[in-house]
Amino acid sequence: MQQLPYLSLITFLPVIGLILILFLPKKNDKQVKYIAIFFTGLQVVLAGILWNAYNYAAGGINDPKSFQFVEKFTWIQFWGGDWLGTVKIDYFLGIDGLSMPMVMLTALISFIAAISSWSINKSVKGYFALFLLLDTGMMGVFVALDFFLFYVFWELMLLPMYFLIGIWGGPRKEYAAIKFFIYTLLGSVFILLAIIGLYLSAKVPLGDGTQVFTFNMLELMNPKNYLQDGILSAVNPSNLRFLAFIALFVGFAIKIPMFPFHTWLPDAHVEAPTPISVILAGVLLKMGTYGILRINYPIFPDVTVSLVWWIALFGMINIIYGALCAMAQKDFKKLIAYSSVSHMGFVMLGMASLTTVGVAGAVLQMFNHGTITAMLFLIVGVLYDRTHTRGLDDFGGMANQMPVYTGFVTVAFFAAIGLPGLSGFISEAFVFLGGFSNGVTRVLTVISTLGILLGAGYMLWTLQRVFLGNLNEKWNALTDLDTREYVMFIPLTIIIILLGVYPSLMLDIMNSSVNSLVKFLTVAKTSYTSIGF
Amino acid sequence: MVINTIFNSFHLIGPEIAVALLLLAVVIFDLAFPKNKKFLPWLTITGIIVAGFLTVKQYSLESGFVFESGNTQGLIVIDNFAFFFKLLILGVSLLIILFSVSSEELKNCYDRAGEYYTLITGMILGMFFMVSTVDLITLYISIELVSFSSYVLAGFIKKSKRSSEAGLKYIIYGAVASGIMLFGISLVFGYTGTTNFYQINHIVVHSLSPDFLLSLAFILIFVGFGYKISAVPFHFWTPDVYEGAPTTITAYLSVASKAAGFALLIRFVKIIFFTGIDENGYWILSKAFNWSYLLIIISVLTMTVGNFAALWQNNVKRMLAYSSIAHAGYMLAALTMLSEQGLLAIVVYFVVYGLTNLGAFYIVLLIHNKTGSEEIDDYDGLGYQMPLMGVAMTILLVSLTGLPPTAGFIGKLYVFISILDAPHYTLAVIVALNSVVSLYYYVRIIKHLYLNNPKVEREFTFPVTQTILVLVLTIPVIILGLYFGPLLEMGKVSLRMFGF
Repeated sequence: MQQLPYLSLITFLPVIGLILILFLPKKNDKQVKYIAIFFTGLQVVLAGILWNAYNYAAGGINDPKSFQFVEKFTWIQFWGGDWLGTVKIDYFLGIDGLSMPMVMLTALISFIAAISSWSINKSVKGYFALFLLLDTGMMGVFVALDFFLFYVFWELMLLPMYFLIGIWGGPRKEYAAIKFFIYTLLGSVFILLAIIGLYLSAKVPLGDGTQVFTFNMLELMNPKNYLQDGILSAVNPSNLRFLAFIALFVGFAIKIPMFPFHTWLPDAHVEAPTPISVILAGVLLKMGTYGILRINYPIFPDVTVSLVWWIALFGMINIIYGALCAMAQKDFKKLIAYSSVSHMGFVMLGMASLTTVGVAGAVLQMFNHGTITAMLFLIVGVLYDRTHTRGLDDFGGMANQMPVYTGFVTVAFFAAIGLPGLSGFISEAFVFLGGFSNGVTRVLTVISTLGILLGAGYMLWTLQRVFLGNLNEKWNALTDLDTREYVMFIPLTIIIILLGVYPSLMLDIMNSSVNSLVKFLTVAKTSYTSIGF
Repeated sequence: MVINTIFNSFHLIGPEIAVALLLLAVVIFDLAFPKNKKFLPWLTITGIIVAGFLTVKQYSLESGFVFESGNTQGLIVIDNFAFFFKLLILGVSLLIILFSVSSEELKNCYDRAGEYYTLITGMILGMFFMVSTVDLITLYISIELVSFSSYVLAGFIKKSKRSSEAGLKYIIYGAVASGIMLFGISLVFGYTGTTNFYQINHIVVHSLSPDFLLSLAFILIFVGFGYKISAVPFHFWTPDVYEGAPTTITAYLSVASKAAGFALLIRFVKIIFFTGIDENGYWILSKAFNWSYLLIIISVLTMTVGNFAALWQNNVKRMLAYSSIAHAGYMLAALTMLSEQGLLAIVVYFVVYGLTNLGAFYIVLLIHNKTGSEEIDDYDGLGYQMPLMGVAMTILLVSLTGLPPTAGFIGKLYVFISILDAPHYTLAVIVALNSVVSLYYYVRIIKHLYLNNPKVEREFTFPVTQTILVLVLTIPVIILGLYFGPLLEMGKVSLRMFGF
């Protein structure tokens, strides 16, 4: 059946919106906002269609045949002479169980962030143009299966993000924006070096009998494609594979952000406008862990297997350190930012377990953290819009003044703590199950459980300081949520509760991919040993 | 006999003859019609187009010597390598003349316009010889031809102190560098008894170990090249000259003159030391001198000094001057690999860098036209006051940083590919870290354009022609970033040098 190029559509829809916005005459702020919301909404619909048509049995990961909605065209092909060989780059999109949840998350969070951007009043046209460009970049990262394309999308996000923080941000916006930019670029140049190293190490047949260097991620996952003397050869492995793994890992870890590369995050979050914080925490951080699962794991299974303890260690540090930092914050938004650091640690711990349960927990945690943190940042935004302060000690007794709001807050907070019945519980439980069942990560997992306790500590303390107790006289006139805010909160709340009671909805999607990934790593462990590891 | 040789070679130097005639035509026109100076740029452009046409016609010719007779080998050659650089130089010159038409700075010297276009034509002629010379004497003369024209052009705005200072500094540095180079050349001649690259090659090929005298001679000659491509530590003139010279000339020096310098350096290294080429595209060079060693040190120094010095600049032109030093460093890094891949990377990089840098300088020039300043603080909020120029500048700066989806990324990508193919990890990491450093100062301009609030409320309008010119430079930067097949195709074709 000839199907529509869904993935190209979902990736480039925002660009169409962007062009429309640019051609709209000035002073049409409302129309600009409607266009942005319409196009991000359309993305959600498309993501829904993909979800509906998704084949649960297909594994993906390293098997090109079981990727779905694949679009593959030759983008650039040229014969460069004897010593250069053929240069061939594909436009190659496809999704499997790892990317499907992320595509859904990106569409959803972008839509909600677009609604939340309604309150932006400064250069509206520019804001939404950049917002939509950012959206394209994010979606592209999750659907690209060619390294070159992946890298283009990865870098495409940087500039819009810089502007979105730098122009529409808070008082120290310039510092935060450039810090974000430089940190992520530092990470991505190392990614680029590793990509080029891989590119120069493997050759695939072109069909006419010649061999050609490739940027195709799936081909790079096959050890047979590597050249004997390739610098990152899997056939004849050297320590350089470790270095390349670490280069990629650091590049992705900066995005997660992993301790000690996390310092850009609190700054960026505090200064960014609410919708951008939502995107940053909801989607951007996931790219780091997604990159590790999609690229580091299957391309360097040998190195991965030998380094999982370290990944788990850094996961543990993230969990504990993030939670402790969060506890010390006096700024509501900074607290949420550090809680993100802590929660992303769970993802790393789950990944490191190399068990189906743990990895599934990690992917699920990526989705759940996306929705929960998005909601937490919206919560801070609601309060900040009304009071223009984020100091935790400036509040108190909000529960009486804004009861409905407090209701939503409670759901989000308890989900973040990991209360059974809400989505956060399932993923954290899976992560711990996985981590505990693997002997290598067992001790670290046990220590990490402390994070839950600390998480409950800072979350409940915040709840108490802001929402319980006596109402501060200043805030007598605060109003409860308006319709727009309901529109943002209700879908997120529904998802949080739904995935709390019926996680299979998400788990079934990723199940066979996670299985393939874990199986691939376990098999690689033995097969790589046989060829010299 | 000699006359015959010259006649036989005429059709091979068609473009050079055209440029020389153009030079005369400009001078005569200027003298004959002193009232009609506004036609001068168009006359020059016509001449450049004719020269371009003649150059394109040469593409089908066999590569070979010009002025060859009996056992005297020629002074210049025609081959694809020269062909590529000639077209690049003509294209850049064409754009520079269009820039000059819209420059307010040059309006003050309107009565000397004839001089200006004559000197530019002189530079074109010099660079044509630079990219095709295979003889030490022609090498020296062509470098001097380019240099003398550029000294005068750098100090062209006599009333501006900075411009005069630029001219003077340039000539002093230039004189010292070319003196040292000439000394090196004399040593080589004394050692080998010939000035022809190919004949020197025959002698040098047989060296099995580095020779002290020859090494010294080549280092001395390299000083001249280093000065022309503004490699550290021969770069001291660059910031002052680039800042003081008229912006059009700054742009010209930073692209065309640098390209010619690189072409000459590459030809010099490749032809004189060539002994063979292996199946992976690496040159097997004579052991007489270890180029790789020297070039690595120079390239690391060049990019690092360029980038770090640029961090502290508050004058945009000066910042771009340092950034152009850094870019020379990246290209040298590709050259250090002494391979066809590295050469391809340089050729691709030059096209990309030329487009981008010219665009950036043009916007600096347009902003100077309106505000009379190149200080970065005066750029505050300009992005809102000139939306199209702001966006174009942002794209160009992103391309200079080397981020996708702009052409700058493709240039960087091939530099990295050539370095990692060798493989030379440390150098790759140094280049990578350098591009992160460069991000900071490029983004600083973007920050002033957009993140800072404008000091004065004003609106700018630009004539359609200027807007089109900006678009002509910016749109290809995006297109080549997304579809760079043609760029590689062109690069591959341009690598063929006569003799191999």
